[in-house]
Amino acid sequence: MTDIKPQQAITKPDIMRSAQRDIQLTDAGDLKHFLTIEGLKKDRLIEILDTAESFAGANGKAAKKVPLLRGKTVANLFFENSTRTRTTFELAAKRLSADVLNINVNVSAVTKGETLLDTLRNLQAMQCDMFVVRHSSSGAAHFIASHVEPHISVINAGDGQHSHPTQAMLDMFAIRRNKGDFSNLKVVIVGDILHSRVARSQIHALNILGTGNITAVGPKTLLPQQMRELGVHVRHDLDGALVGADVVIGLRLQKERMRSALLSTEDEYYRSFGLTARRMRLAKPDAIVMHPGPTNRGVEIEASVADGPQSIILEQVTGGIAVRMAIMSITMGNIEKSLAAKPGVQP
Amino acid sequence: MTLLEKINPAGVENMIRQMAESLKLQLGSDYQSAKMLGIKTGGVLVAQQLHEALKLEEEAGELNISFYRDDFSRIGLHPQVGASKIPFSIEGEIIILVDDVLYSGRTIRAAMNEIFDYGRPEKILLATLVDRTGRELPINADVVGRSMDLPHSHQVKLREDMSLEISQR
Repeated sequence: MTDIKPQQAITKPDIMRSAQRDIQLTDAGDLKHFLTIEGLKKDRLIEILDTAESFAGANGKAAKKVPLLRGKTVANLFFENSTRTRTTFELAAKRLSADVLNINVNVSAVTKGETLLDTLRNLQAMQCDMFVVRHSSSGAAHFIASHVEPHISVINAGDGQHSHPTQAMLDMFAIRRNKGDFSNLKVVIVGDILHSRVARSQIHALNILGTGNITAVGPKTLLPQQMRELGVHVRHDLDGALVGADVVIGLRLQKERMRSALLSTEDEYYRSFGLTARRMRLAKPDAIVMHPGPTNRGVEIEASVADGPQSIILEQVTGGIAVRMAIMSITMGNIEKSLAAKPGVQP
Repeated sequence: MTLLEKINPAGVENMIRQMAESLKLQLGSDYQSAKMLGIKTGGVLVAQQLHEALKLEEEAGELNISFYRDDFSRIGLHPQVGASKIPFSIEGEIIILVDDVLYSGRTIRAAMNEIFDYGRPEKILLATLVDRTGRELPINADVVGRSMDLPHSHQVKLREDMSLEISQR
C-alpha cells in the first residue's frame, strides 16, 4: 500500500502538474473533483463565483434549502481538526439537501496509507457520493481522488501545506463582491506565506483572475525569495507594502512555529508584521481587511482592525457557505452528466 | 435548423396586450395589486411588457429555477442565470407567473417550488406567451398568448428583440 508522498509545494515537475490537472476534470473537461486551483482556467473560477452568487442570493429565502444533492451522501473526512471549515461544508451540503456524515479520523503515522484506503473502501461500500477531505499531508486529496470510484467527487478542504482551494475561492468571492474587477487591485498578503496552503491557493486564484499586483509580506524565514516564481512581489516591510493596497489579507500565525527557530517572539512579530489600525492608514481609505480565521488578536492583527469597519472577516464566513454549495453542486452535477453520457456506468 | 415561421416584435406585443386584457378579467378590479414574476430568461422579457400593459403597483421580480430543475442527474448544474430577484413578499399575495413557452410543464413545476421557498402565496396564475402541446405534468396556463400544436422536432424561441421564431431541427 502506498503512503502519501508529501509534494514539493513550490517547485514541482511539470509532469506532476499536468497529472494533477487531469484528475480534477471529466473527459469533457468539466470539474469533477476540486483539489487545487493551480492549472484551472479563468472561466472555471468565474463559473464557481457566479454560481455562488446565485446561492448567496438564496439567503434571502424563507427556506434556504435546495434539492440539488437530494439523495446524495457527503462524507466530511477530517484527518485534521477544523471547526469552521467542517461546519461550513456541513451546512453547505445540508442546504443542498444531501445527507452528511462527519468523520474525524485520527491516524497513526505508520498505518496511514492503509487506514486511508480502508476508510475509503468502507465509505464507498456505504454508497457515499462525495468526500470532503482535510488532511495534514500535502497531496492527500489527490491520493484519494485517484483511488475512488468514478461516481465519487472529492473536494479538498485543505491538504498539508499544499492547497486549500475552497478557502481561496471564498476569499475571491468576498473580494469580487467588495471590489468588482480584479485587474486594477493591489492585494497584500501578510504572514507565514511559506507554510500557508491558504496563501498558496489565494495566489494561484488571484493570478488566474488577473489581479494587477499581488504582494506577499513576511519575515525572511517565512517568505523565501522563491515565492517570486508564483508571480508575486516579495517584501519584508509591511509599511511599505501596504501603501496603495485595496485588499489586505492577514494569515494566521501558527503558534507552533513560534517554538521553532523560524520566529523570535510574538511581540516582535506583532511589531513588524501585525495589522494595526495605524498601519492600515497606509493602505487605500476603502481597503478591505480579510483573514481566513481563527484570528490571533494581538499577534497578527489588532482587535480594532479585526472587528473594525474595514474588516470583512465575517462576510468571508457567510460567503463560504455559498461558495462551497457552488463547488459541490458543480462537481456532482458534472459527474452525473459524465455518467449519463456513458451508458452502462450506473452511479 | 430551418426557420418555419417568424412573428415580429409588433405581433408579439399584440399577443401580450391580449394576455393583459385576459388577466384583468380573471383578476377583477383589484388586478394592479397582483405581483408578477418572470421566469429567467425568456419569461422575464414577456413579464416586462406584460407588466407595462397592466401597470402593476409593484415592480416585477425574476425567478431563477436552476436549483429546482429535474434534469440535474442528466445534464448537471444548469448554466447560471443569476439568483432570483423578488422585490416583494410572496406571503398571501396573488402571483402572476410568466414564461415565454409552456411545453412539458417541468419549468413551471420548478418555478412553483422556488416561489414556495419565499412564502405561501394566496394564488398563482400562469401566463405564457406560447402554449404548445406536449405536456408531461398536469399543469395548464390560465392566460395564453397563442396555442400551438407542434411536433417534437419543432422549436419555439423568443428572441431578445421580442420576435418569436418557430423552427424545425
